[in-house]
Amino acid sequence: MRYIVRKLAFYLVAAWAALTINFLLPQLIPGNPVEALIGRMSQSGTVPPGEAKILASLLGLGTGNIFQKYGQYLDGLVHLRLGLSISEFPTPVSTQIAQSIYWTLILVGVATVLSFALGILLGAVAGWKRGSRLDAIIPATTLLTAMPYFWLALILLYFLASNVWHVFPQGQGYDTNSELSPGWNPAFLASAVQHAILPALTIVLSSVGGWLLGMRNMMVSTLSDDYVVAAEARGLRPRRIMIGYAARNAVLPSVSGFAISLGFVVSGAIAMEYVFSYPGIGNQLVQAVNNNDYPLMQGIFLVITLAVLGANLLVDLLHGFIDPRTRQAR
Amino acid sequence: MTATNVVAATAAEAGDQDAGRLSGLRAAFRSPRLVTGTCLVGFFALLGIIGPFFAGSPNQLSHTELAAPSLSHWLGTTQIGQDVFAQLVVSARASLEIGVGAGLLATLVSVIVGISGGYAGGVIDEVLNLASNVVLVIPTLPLVIVILADVKARGLAPLIIIIALTSWAAAARVLRAQTLSVRNREYVLAARASGERAWRIVFVEILPNELPIIVSNFIFAMIFAILTQAALAFIGLGDPTLLTWGNMINIAYNDEALSVGAWWWFIPPGLCIALLGMGLALINFSLDEVLNPRLRVYRPARPGRARRPGSTA
Amino acid sequence: MSAAEVVLRAENICVEYEARRPTRAVRDVTLELRRGEVLGIAGESGCGKSTLAYALTRMLRPPARQTRGSITFYPAGGPPVDVLGLADQALREFRWNKVAMVFQSAMNALNPVTTLARQFNDIFDAHRPQLDHDARDRRARDLLDMVGIAPARIRSFAHELSGGMRQRAMIAMALALEPEIVIMDEPTTALDVVVQREILDEVERLREELGFSVIFITHDLSLLLEVSDRLLVMYAGEVIESAPAELSGSAPAHPYTLGLLRSFPDLRGARQELRGVPGNPPDLRNVFAGCPFEPRCDFRFDPCAAVRPALRPAAGRPDTMPGTAGWQVSCHLHDPAYRPGGPPPELSDARAVPADRAGGDA
Repeated sequence: MRYIVRKLAFYLVAAWAALTINFLLPQLIPGNPVEALIGRMSQSGTVPPGEAKILASLLGLGTGNIFQKYGQYLDGLVHLRLGLSISEFPTPVSTQIAQSIYWTLILVGVATVLSFALGILLGAVAGWKRGSRLDAIIPATTLLTAMPYFWLALILLYFLASNVWHVFPQGQGYDTNSELSPGWNPAFLASAVQHAILPALTIVLSSVGGWLLGMRNMMVSTLSDDYVVAAEARGLRPRRIMIGYAARNAVLPSVSGFAISLGFVVSGAIAMEYVFSYPGIGNQLVQAVNNNDYPLMQGIFLVITLAVLGANLLVDLLHGFIDPRTRQAR
Repeated sequence: MTATNVVAATAAEAGDQDAGRLSGLRAAFRSPRLVTGTCLVGFFALLGIIGPFFAGSPNQLSHTELAAPSLSHWLGTTQIGQDVFAQLVVSARASLEIGVGAGLLATLVSVIVGISGGYAGGVIDEVLNLASNVVLVIPTLPLVIVILADVKARGLAPLIIIIALTSWAAAARVLRAQTLSVRNREYVLAARASGERAWRIVFVEILPNELPIIVSNFIFAMIFAILTQAALAFIGLGDPTLLTWGNMINIAYNDEALSVGAWWWFIPPGLCIALLGMGLALINFSLDEVLNPRLRVYRPARPGRARRPGSTA
Repeated sequence: MSAAEVVLRAENICVEYEARRPTRAVRDVTLELRRGEVLGIAGESGCGKSTLAYALTRMLRPPARQTRGSITFYPAGGPPVDVLGLADQALREFRWNKVAMVFQSAMNALNPVTTLARQFNDIFDAHRPQLDHDARDRRARDLLDMVGIAPARIRSFAHELSGGMRQRAMIAMALALEPEIVIMDEPTTALDVVVQREILDEVERLREELGFSVIFITHDLSLLLEVSDRLLVMYAGEVIESAPAELSGSAPAHPYTLGLLRSFPDLRGARQELRGVPGNPPDLRNVFAGCPFEPRCDFRFDPCAAVRPALRPAAGRPDTMPGTAGWQVSCHLHDPAYRPGGPPPELSDARAVPADRAGGDA
């Protein structure tokens, strides 16, 4: 129980840190961004009154000293006043994010789980059969992990979608040219899945290597641990030893190191979504950057960071569940 | 203690104290992975250092636009007739500079934070550890993107600093754990008991023991920096005038290299990043096998030999 | 004690660790274990005793390899079993059922992430699949009770037990299938003397109750003198002395044994200068022309450096245990061909063996 409380407390601190960073960063923007933004907004339509104030507190550029600005910033966040987007004026930022986040959550979520499972499984087998020909995959996996996500995405796009073979669609989240309407209908879902295959493949190919290598190394190391030798001496079946004794212990560092790995996946997904024009939050961030859409950028950064923190919290709790030693009060 | 440890103990008693470590190193040098890795990294280092003198001008416009590779242009040309090969070579230097620079800086910060925290203990350690964990858990690329978008910095130095300042946390955590364990070893306790000053203990007793891990962290930081900068350049952040591999892919993508099938333009830069990263990763992998004897896989001298009785089932 | 039957016989065991210069950790060792006896194996670290134990149970891992020798197991009421010839499935059945091992660092021999119950269950699952869940649970609890652990601790994890408890749990697991032989490799080295005493008493009690044989391996010779029926002293991978435990303590035959005995003081005896055995054990990668102990031996003489000694009856020891191999030592000092007058007084049994002990005693 203390473990859970400790983890929750930590992630609250981390979330607070993220919020504060988000508050401090726009201070670095040269010039007077609020005025510039209002100016651009007014070119696209009428700016609602009070928008300047919302923008100012969102960017931490409100009135008063730094603490008062901070207070206004937090107040705005709590009320979800994320402002209006510049590039899609007058759509509120929160609406924009709400639309794109589903695409990313599903794609990245499913792909990460697949990649983790595959990497751990292959790594466990490779480690168990150490020294065999399976070890030959190591150089191949190091090459895969070193490949930039976006470049791999380009390669897949080039060879499988746009130029060499036209097996997969060239981009977007679903077939935007047809009459499909987004929703829980089979036609739309089928199209969505078809469009998600290449992006998912990119994520899986790039990230599976990390987990595979980590698990393989840990497996090889665990196999010389005394309890594995003891298990063998007890005449237990090899499969039982591999799963219950070796893999069960070897997987722990991968779980505790999940935070770093997830960071990589999320970072890679951003550029990858851009390549595939996938309507996710990463693509949205890139567009926002290219359009100097500060409110949208702020909002997206917060959402991505809080989502990652949430995922890490879940994995940490899972780690506490599968490793009884962490439940020991310190 | 397994039987193999007994043998190792015997070998140590027989006089060669570093038998384990040295034999590991010697075995590692014969390992094809280390050789491959070193060759790859060495190749790119050479390319970056002396390549630009031989490759010709990367910015020279010409009228042979989007030409496939030929004898005059080894990797073809870009949309405005620039020689792709020359660009590739010049990019090597910039990408390496960023990799080494950010890697060094990140490693430096991680050493300072990790070792001081681990050695000092108490409140300092709690604070530094908390800071490391928080920085670790916040996703790097979104943060760097937002920083760069706000700051709109140009040039190499801000890029290096920003990448370094967001990527030191993982290494710091590893060093802290290592320092905590080294701190309680006999020779450190002896030094403390004899009144040696803290900074001397850190530099003389602790740091040399952690050198292999620091080197491993540095290699990892380099890979990370190169990949991150490539991603940033690709989405249009950082300095657009600075020619890097990531930049090349960005321009290629925006100039429709894909749709016209100009594979020679966007594939080689990415391949360079991947190969350089792979080389570094292989070196790291071999280094792991030297540091951790448990990872050394026993490969029989004559693989075709039949199994003798006595080996485990 | 009448001659008991042999339950395990290992002949000419040679184990080497492969390398450019292989380390010969066990050199031509022959041993016999009788039913119900405790055979102690003593020697310094690195003398090959643990390697021998692993060889006996076929637990050698690469780069260790058994290059010669045979191991035969004689089960009660069954044909002899060639241990080295066992195939995978038969080997798994042999392990733990017939021969169990308590490891050196039992602290780490328990799976850290599963409960004791689960680990007991794994053993029953592999060897007694017909037992249902309740029967297994009962049996596991009985086993814990037998070694002096509260049965409720069956739900504990390894890190929740003290060192002594973990050791007892290991012993309980070793006895789970009522094996005929239990090999104990330094089972009490990491524990304090009080716990050590408790555990040894426990093992003795269990042995009397269940009747298994024990091979007890340790560097602590004083412990072995108390615990074992017979004693093997190993040096540089070879057995250099094989003796009845009770008597060898007062009358060692080999200079090395003498040195070991002189390394610790007698609690109630006169004050004496502690000598120990100066020097270092030899490099097991070498081949020895003569006796491997020669460089450190106080009693070395002409043949020692050039001629290899072999196990032969120790001079001056009566055959106290009829039907056994008797007292053997690998030393030229006991060879009448080299030393017709017999070994020096420190190594010969000057006192006659008392009549009431002629039959040997456990």
